[in-house]
Amino acid sequence: MQLTLWTYEGPPHVGAMRVATAMRGVHYLLHAPQGDTYADLLFTMIERLPRRPPVTYTTFQARDLGADTAGLFQQAARDAYARFQPQALLVGASCTAELIQDDPGGLAQALDLPVPVIPLELPAYQRKENYGASETFYQLVRALARRPAEGAPRRGCNLLGPTALGFRHRDDVQEITGLLLQLGIAVNVVAPLEASPADLARLGEAAFNVVLYPEVAQQAAGWLQRQFGQPFTRTIPIGAKATQAFVAEVAALAGVPVPPALQARASRAPWYSQSVDATYLTGKRVFIFGDATHAVAAARVAAEELGFAVVGLGTYSREFARDVREAAAHHGVAPLITDDYLEVEAAVAALQPDLVLGTQMERHIAKRLGIPCAVISAPVHVQDFPARHSPQMGYEGANVLFDTWVHPLMMGLEEHLLGMFRGDFEFHEDAPASHLGHASASMAVPEPEPQPDLPEDLPTMAATWAPEAERELHRVPFFVRGKARRNTERFAVERGVMTITVETLYEAKAHFSR
Amino acid sequence: MIPIASATDSGCTDAPVLRERGQREVFCGLTGIVWLHRKMQDAFFLVVGSRTCAHLLQSAAGVMIFAEPRFATAIIDDRDLAGLADANDELDRVVTRLLERRPDIKLLFLVGSCPSEVIKLDLQRAAQRLGQRFLPRVRVLSYSGSGIETTFTQGEDACLAALVPTLPATAQPGLLVVGALADVVEAQFKRLFSGLGIGPVQFLPARQLADLPAVGPQTRYLLAQPFLADTARALEERGACRIAAPFPLGVEGTTAWLRAAATAYGVNEARLQQVTGPAVDRARQALAPHRARLAGKRIFFFPDSQLELPLARFVARELGMQLTEVGMPFLHRQHMAEELALLPAGTRLSEGQDVERQLDRCRADAPDLVVCGLGLANPLEAEGLTTKWSIELVFSPIHGYEQAADLAALFARPLHRRQLLAAA
Repeated sequence: MQLTLWTYEGPPHVGAMRVATAMRGVHYLLHAPQGDTYADLLFTMIERLPRRPPVTYTTFQARDLGADTAGLFQQAARDAYARFQPQALLVGASCTAELIQDDPGGLAQALDLPVPVIPLELPAYQRKENYGASETFYQLVRALARRPAEGAPRRGCNLLGPTALGFRHRDDVQEITGLLLQLGIAVNVVAPLEASPADLARLGEAAFNVVLYPEVAQQAAGWLQRQFGQPFTRTIPIGAKATQAFVAEVAALAGVPVPPALQARASRAPWYSQSVDATYLTGKRVFIFGDATHAVAAARVAAEELGFAVVGLGTYSREFARDVREAAAHHGVAPLITDDYLEVEAAVAALQPDLVLGTQMERHIAKRLGIPCAVISAPVHVQDFPARHSPQMGYEGANVLFDTWVHPLMMGLEEHLLGMFRGDFEFHEDAPASHLGHASASMAVPEPEPQPDLPEDLPTMAATWAPEAERELHRVPFFVRGKARRNTERFAVERGVMTITVETLYEAKAHFSR
Repeated sequence: MIPIASATDSGCTDAPVLRERGQREVFCGLTGIVWLHRKMQDAFFLVVGSRTCAHLLQSAAGVMIFAEPRFATAIIDDRDLAGLADANDELDRVVTRLLERRPDIKLLFLVGSCPSEVIKLDLQRAAQRLGQRFLPRVRVLSYSGSGIETTFTQGEDACLAALVPTLPATAQPGLLVVGALADVVEAQFKRLFSGLGIGPVQFLPARQLADLPAVGPQTRYLLAQPFLADTARALEERGACRIAAPFPLGVEGTTAWLRAAATAYGVNEARLQQVTGPAVDRARQALAPHRARLAGKRIFFFPDSQLELPLARFVARELGMQLTEVGMPFLHRQHMAEELALLPAGTRLSEGQDVERQLDRCRADAPDLVVCGLGLANPLEAEGLTTKWSIELVFSPIHGYEQAADLAALFARPLHRRQLLAAA
């Protein structure tokens, strides 16, 4: 049993719903008790889809358990087929139905429906949402993709991975499709988003696959490679540099030249980052957490394209932990692989970063700690479906990243002014950055209390501050004061200094500024 | 029964009810935790369930407003199911860790879920075991919020019913108001009862464990919420006696509810009129503009919170709306007798749900306003129907005189909005 306050991922059948809801002509029959229909509101409220997810819930009750839940399932299957006339039917069980072991796959096969019936085995007590999405997409592809005729011409590529409830999937698809178009590469099928079973049947006609979201599509792409000999892309086009590498990768796969317009600086972000106003971004300490793909990409963009210092990197996707471990090693930080929200909060509180790039969970953590934050990954919130076009991928995506990551920070000039006028009688530490409003004032000031159950490698004995050192500390601008206090105390403890003097403060400053 | 309806019209008392079985587009009883944990301020709700339960609570709670909410899920995993770990030991470990972390918790509810029910994890025994270990610091109780047994607001019923046996005993007479109400509403009702000279009045649930009301054979209780069948039964086992009444929604409902108490306590009609008069006038005045906007409009209720019958009675009688269908998760004829008598005769009532067929009926009716859950609202809006999210009716203070116009506004706003957007 695991104690959970908030979860990063839903159960695996929600992953299956994300695939089914993205597609056309598919229906998902879910053996589930009353209440599991809550999942519909993720799609209708968070993503604001104007249609219901194509899911029928069998809605069994306690009194059915002793009777015939299997019969209920078969009746629901017949009714759902008759009403929705899908081209393919997915069948599966939610966590409770898994326990009663009705075998939805077998029951549905026995009905002899005139469409492909694809059973989903999603172990709800071991796996989570992304696994469910990946497995569902894989099973659909396996069941529906037709082997291309021997010697038939292969044209263009497929875009694999975008689902319903994905973080900016809608906009990424548009962006990458445009990019491929500029390269003269046709998009054969986009899947699962907006694809029908008939579209999946045509997957084999493409020359290669573009995997946009490995969490969802890598498994299916691997199968397509083994079965149909379609190679797939490895570069995730998040950030200007990665987009350039992606362009080179797809051009090579398609055997086309890269047009000059795509070779040169096709994004505004690198220039903005180079402009003098961005100088103040140098070495901003950033903490990153999200799904593996977005977290690794964000770390790369932060370090290489914005000149930030990555001080923490983690993911909740255990399936892709290896990628995050490698990236963390590259950035010289310890990887944080966890789905325990409290652990992430403890890490952020301990690191005191200047910026948090995370999910909606980290947005809440950052808000409580008074740290600027931008959202880079699912789990999603209604705000993550903006009305405007706002991709994360491609050259425009790089521009979006620059804007959304830099705006929560203090404006460059504003930060300088705070430094210059600190101590001014009208300009005290309780005055927050103008764009953060009043709310941050109360949150920015108190330093987070170190939590008792934090993994703390320091001795508990702490040095005390001499009054004059304490006064000096208060002359340090408040937005770096927390860091200064921590560093100085750590420095003192490491050296066995019992009383922190002004000297200790500046020695520590010199030590850590290196 | 208190004679409220005119003697010649028995409303929907004997009306046929369409009973349906099929897909239900309603929450399970776990959802009640979302408001119960705000109401009971030193209680913690630990769901023993699956990742789905945790995900439901998080999605139903909408956003993570609270750093550490007073609810959590102990997620059952493979090791528990395979018998590699003793589920009871695991539960003890989780609870111990939780209570160490949260010394502010005085009352812990172990909340059963679909998976815990199916694997027959005995939470009642677990609660007794843990209670013995943690008393007197923490009281541990259990109830089921599982979807195989409870719908949405029945979770509150199960929770309060679990509390009832633990209430202190009393031989003193007193009035108990049952059902979670907004604090502001509680205060208003307290003033009204005190004006009527009825007392002492206590409320269940109370904000703090220490303030839980006492109950005994001299206790009379009024239900403030229409979904408390088990709680009522548990109170009656303690000797308490229900005062039958419609529910305090709208001016008429609130007056009838207070009148039922007044009659039971021998307070005469003149005193009732005198005490409620100013609030009644105020509320009627505030309702008038909403009535002008809503009168004659046709409304369709999907089943959701069990508040549908009293709400339908309110919108029909006080706002002049026409009822096309009033759906409810289940019909408790005894508790709803007064409401049924007040509903316009001929109203189509439905119990349970087959959501696809109900949607067919709704589209055929083409009502002006559809009251439905969050899973249906946007899709129906996209089809051109105007909707009101039913969940807001559960989360907003809607009971009593001063909230009558707020309640009407909840129905009026979607129509007003559509009008504004169409006019532009």
